[in-house]
Amino acid sequence: MEKLYDLIIIGAGPAGLTAGLYAGRSRLDTLLIEKGQDGGQIAITSEIENFPGGLSGPDKIESGAELIARMTAQVAHFGVERLSANVTEVELEGKVKRVHTRHGVYQSKAVIIATGAHPRLIGCPGEAEFTGRGVSYCATCDGSFFEDFEVFVVGGGDTAVEEAMYLTKFARKVTIIHRRDELRAVESIRERAFANDKIEFMWNSVVVGLHGDGILSGMTVKDTKTGEERLVEADPDDGMFGVFVFIGFLPNSELFLGKVDTEWDYILTDESMRTSLPGVYAAGDVRKTPLRQVVTACADGAIAAMQVEHDLASGVIG
Amino acid sequence: MLELDRNNFEEVVLQGEGAILVDFYGDGCVPCAALTPHIEALEEKYGDQILFTALNTTKARRLSISQRILGLPVVAIYQNGEKVEELVKDDCTPEAIEEMVKKYI
Repeated sequence: MEKLYDLIIIGAGPAGLTAGLYAGRSRLDTLLIEKGQDGGQIAITSEIENFPGGLSGPDKIESGAELIARMTAQVAHFGVERLSANVTEVELEGKVKRVHTRHGVYQSKAVIIATGAHPRLIGCPGEAEFTGRGVSYCATCDGSFFEDFEVFVVGGGDTAVEEAMYLTKFARKVTIIHRRDELRAVESIRERAFANDKIEFMWNSVVVGLHGDGILSGMTVKDTKTGEERLVEADPDDGMFGVFVFIGFLPNSELFLGKVDTEWDYILTDESMRTSLPGVYAAGDVRKTPLRQVVTACADGAIAAMQVEHDLASGVIG
Repeated sequence: MLELDRNNFEEVVLQGEGAILVDFYGDGCVPCAALTPHIEALEEKYGDQILFTALNTTKARRLSISQRILGLPVVAIYQNGEKVEELVKDDCTPEAIEEMVKKYI
């Protein structure tokens, strides 16, 4: 007979890693599956200002990757089994859950879905063509290519403004393109952005087209008030510029749609992270929740894992 | 993996013979670091049939731009000095890299 785990956690971001930590400490026989790098979205975030205890010195704000490396080590310490694989299919209905990967099928009594979210795209012509050729969703990955070049950041929330500030380390000028006439980012971040003389703003504007010959060198920007469109072209000496997009996220829930209850593709749970299916829990950004932060993802993961332990012990599942 | 730099890229890749795989990575690129063990595993498997190389783009920015690399990770195949195929960002998964490598052996 194939091995039956107590718990399989899908996704090793802050929610999945914290669920793994709590499950490991509770001595649940746990498998944690991750398809890429641990941390998900937060692993590519340049600075995490708002994770409690996350500052590693008075002048040093920790990066996402540094924080996640500690979480990963902590999970390993408590003996959680790991698998690097892409989950291709899930069977969640019965008492025994089956999680399919190209390395085989894994079985468990409970599943925590912690698959997170992915960046929302602009959705304009040229976006796919120029991804990796001027269009980016990852400042820590691609910022250094734009040393002394011009960069545009699309978005007006915390992530957009923080990453814009990070990009000023490289770019000679960073212009934030925002569809409204004020930033949505919190005050402390806004203050730093307005004080940064490398940052400029293009208000009431959306990007409706991206152009170039192999490399991004132009874009069409539309005024959201007047509807007027204009072409923004790279400085001829540069021949290129960067567009970094931070306009929110969409849940990684495709595998679960139609299987558990969702709203706008976000998985619905009760306050104990239970989904509509017994033995199936969700935690973090994939869940319908009013706040999607590292700290809330961690909290979700802890609650989910403790609920799994409780439901197994009381015979509700398993 | 053969580590490239801006001095030997021309000689190894652009004047090289046969198919050559180039792993374009950068300092601080977490997805690139996550790919490295997978690419090393592919080198174990296919390294006798195709040359595996890696370029730190952070130290060779102009060279990277000349190769139209402006976003990471990228894993590309060169043949006779030309980039003939590349996998960029989300498309650059261990499975997709292996499929690409198989086409050139």
